[in-house]
Amino acid sequence: MMPRAKLKAQKRDAAEVLLKSRAVPAGGAWITKARQAALSRVSEMGLPNKRDEYWRYTDPRRLTDSEGQAARLHDSQGELPVFDRFDRLKVVFVDGVFDPAQSDPLALEGVEIVPLAEAAQTDLHWARDLYGTLEARAQSPVERALASLNTAYATEGMLIRVTGKPTKPISLIYQRSSEQADAMVHHVVRVEAGAVATILENGPMAARFNQVMEVEIAEGATFHHIRAQGRDHERAGAAHLFVRVGVDAQLKSFTLTANGALIRNEAVIWLDGADGSAHIAGATVGDGAFHHDDTVFINHAAPRCESRQVFKKVLRSGAVGVFQGKILVDQIAQLTDGYQISQSLLLNEDAQFLAKPELEIYADDVKCSHGSTSGEIDPHQLFYLRARGIPEDQAKLLLVLSFLAEALDEIADTAYAEDLRERLEAWLRRRG
Amino acid sequence: MAALDEMKMRDGVDRETVETVQSMAGTYKHGWETDIEMDFAPKGLNEDIVKLISSKNNEPEWLLEWRLQAYRRWLTMESPDWAMLDIAEIDYQEQYYYAKPKSMAEKPKSLDDVDPKLLETYEKLGIPLKEQMLLAGVEGAEEGRKVAVDAVFDSVSLGTTFQKELAAAGVIFCSISEAVEKHPELVKRYLGSVVPQNDNYFAALNSAVFSDGSFVYIPAGVRCPMELSTYFRINAENTGQFERTLIIAEKGSYVSYLEGCTAPKRDTSQLHAAVVEIVVLEDAEVKYSTVQNWFPGDENGKGGIYNFVTKRADCREDRAKVSWTQVETGSAITWKYPSCILRGDDTQGEFYSIAIANNWQQADTGTKMVHLGKNSRSRIVSKGISAGQAQNTYRGLVSMHPKATNSRNYTQCDSLLIGDKCGAHTVPYIEVRNASSRVEHEATTSKVDDDQLFYCRSRGMDEEEAVALVVNGFCKEVLQELPMEFAMEAQALVAISLEGSVG
Repeated sequence: MMPRAKLKAQKRDAAEVLLKSRAVPAGGAWITKARQAALSRVSEMGLPNKRDEYWRYTDPRRLTDSEGQAARLHDSQGELPVFDRFDRLKVVFVDGVFDPAQSDPLALEGVEIVPLAEAAQTDLHWARDLYGTLEARAQSPVERALASLNTAYATEGMLIRVTGKPTKPISLIYQRSSEQADAMVHHVVRVEAGAVATILENGPMAARFNQVMEVEIAEGATFHHIRAQGRDHERAGAAHLFVRVGVDAQLKSFTLTANGALIRNEAVIWLDGADGSAHIAGATVGDGAFHHDDTVFINHAAPRCESRQVFKKVLRSGAVGVFQGKILVDQIAQLTDGYQISQSLLLNEDAQFLAKPELEIYADDVKCSHGSTSGEIDPHQLFYLRARGIPEDQAKLLLVLSFLAEALDEIADTAYAEDLRERLEAWLRRRG
Repeated sequence: MAALDEMKMRDGVDRETVETVQSMAGTYKHGWETDIEMDFAPKGLNEDIVKLISSKNNEPEWLLEWRLQAYRRWLTMESPDWAMLDIAEIDYQEQYYYAKPKSMAEKPKSLDDVDPKLLETYEKLGIPLKEQMLLAGVEGAEEGRKVAVDAVFDSVSLGTTFQKELAAAGVIFCSISEAVEKHPELVKRYLGSVVPQNDNYFAALNSAVFSDGSFVYIPAGVRCPMELSTYFRINAENTGQFERTLIIAEKGSYVSYLEGCTAPKRDTSQLHAAVVEIVVLEDAEVKYSTVQNWFPGDENGKGGIYNFVTKRADCREDRAKVSWTQVETGSAITWKYPSCILRGDDTQGEFYSIAIANNWQQADTGTKMVHLGKNSRSRIVSKGISAGQAQNTYRGLVSMHPKATNSRNYTQCDSLLIGDKCGAHTVPYIEVRNASSRVEHEATTSKVDDDQLFYCRSRGMDEEEAVALVVNGFCKEVLQELPMEFAMEAQALVAISLEGSVG
């Protein structure tokens, strides 16, 4: 067999073994249909393999093994969780399972929120048109079998419909209590025309997790998404964010990641309506056995849209940072404004930054650019600060923080940005 | 001009620019054919053909073995599918792998003995095979500059000019088949040492069936007294050209090498799979310039050359330097990534490229800079222009290995789109495995950079002048890297009056 056919066969065999070992969860007609469709996608695609171009810089094995690896719990040393100071609707998951006891009652004006476990048992639900739909669309041009696997097997998650302008954010909190848990969480979010929603996510989730969030932002609506993938050294996981941005709609998503053995954050955004806007940003600090991968795909499929990607990584002592980002501009998407920057600061010699920033452009009246840089702390900047009497450690900390600040600046509400910035500073100080 | 009417005109892209771009494929200058009797090897590819090519070149046993090894590896390989190219399936059995003008059956002693028809071909192309001092297009240059030429016609080299003068300096410049006969030790030592037989699908094919190409050896400390040039011409129909070029620059030497190529207009596509290997030793420098003007196919995308080329330079020792400059205007499909292995400390690699794709042309081209040595430096400047229904992709790799500390890369890729049916794409790979190296990559796709315009305007230029200046600069960065003789040809070729047109 020639190499390409052999790889495909291997991937399909691996999928078959995995699918055989798991039973499809029982549920109502609408979700059963979505799960079956996802299963056939997985069998067709096969499981991700390190030899896939799309997994060039990240070995997916830890995410696709039939048994997840154990991960020791992280001692937060009494540190308060992120976002704790804000008034919010708390929705708590423990090891990927919804915990009503720790959560607020699921009631908030302008919001309809139902656990997936509950909705899946009914015959019909508004989420039926969305569940698995964006995930299925995201399978082209590259295959994302992990996300299909999630659609097929997830029983946990929230179905959230925002119809107004709720007074407080919805806060999804992911706690960990087990060293073994293998979590699959699937959220569906629909922000109706003119509505404004903010969803906060924080916590390590589980020893291994596979998360999908499908978001539909209707005409003129705004969706703010702020995610802090906590500090947790040994867990591994993949999070997928699939967003369809409608006419004149807005998306702003920010992710903070600190450590983790293997974290892959995928975002697939379609700017389907004219004048839409999508901003995706991320700040990452990694130390030691840390592998972090941001994979972003933005498709300009309508005219006059704007997109912006800002990714910053600070890495040291063996940490590996990956950025794969692509802007695809369809022929119809004239007057596109697309921008992408990915930068890494390598604090000592054995850190690595691997990037593949891509542009694919079929419209001529566009302004698209990307930049990518990697290097150590600029000795001139350091010298400038030291010459003004700032001790070296302090000066380095300042420079690292200001480097990350450009990504944090992408958060619209400065109160959240400040909360995350303080957290980052404390972590960096502690680690010296 | 129907295609022109179809093309939606945008504000700021003036008609003249569009027309000039449109006209480029329509008026391919070198599309004529030389009517000459040819000697073909039988159609198709198998071990017997490989053996036949080897015996036609009077090759030693080891080289035949080397070819057969490559052929057997090729059979287990697949044509690469990762480039953004839509390639019609190639039937490798429908090609001729060896074609030689009949009159060349007896090897001519010098160029004076070569069939006048063949000499005419080159004269018509403007390639000076008589050791004349001046090149067309540079009349009035203060001093005549000499350029030695190796002319390759289908599968054979016709001859090389200025051999005597070069020999006096110790420089060897001849066809690779001649080098195999006269300098087997050099060929054996370096052939395949930069691009191994199984490097990729097309390199393996080339290793099995390569026919001719140029061989250059510059001894230690010698600055080559003139520019060296190879001119490739595909003439015969259904014939693939598989040339192999090997350049060796010994310690402290310098050479500037030029390469040009054309082919007749035909309805069917033709295959060109070349390999260029460059070995650069301590303190040596090689400058390699290409103007690639293979037949690009007609305005409906019929015919044209499939150009699958593996070019690589190995800066094997400290302070070696290599510079690639390419102007890619021809070929229906271009698949080409001239690369630099920066193995020694303080080595330098450069890549300057202009790629123009018009009508139905597809180009997927770029470079690889592999930094292995400390303090190595590389610079990439790529300009892509797409028009018609063409697809133009920059694909590149910058890799900083853990030991390549204090290294530096700067990459700039700019794309210009003319018309709304073409595409411009950028696919860079950036791999940084040590902290002290600095890597910067920038890519833009737009008409004219607003910041640059603003800069000009704020210094008192009116908009027209500012646009002219900025757009003029779009290609110049690369054009100025070409040796003068080539710059003239390239400028004429680019021939797109960008001035004042895009804004």
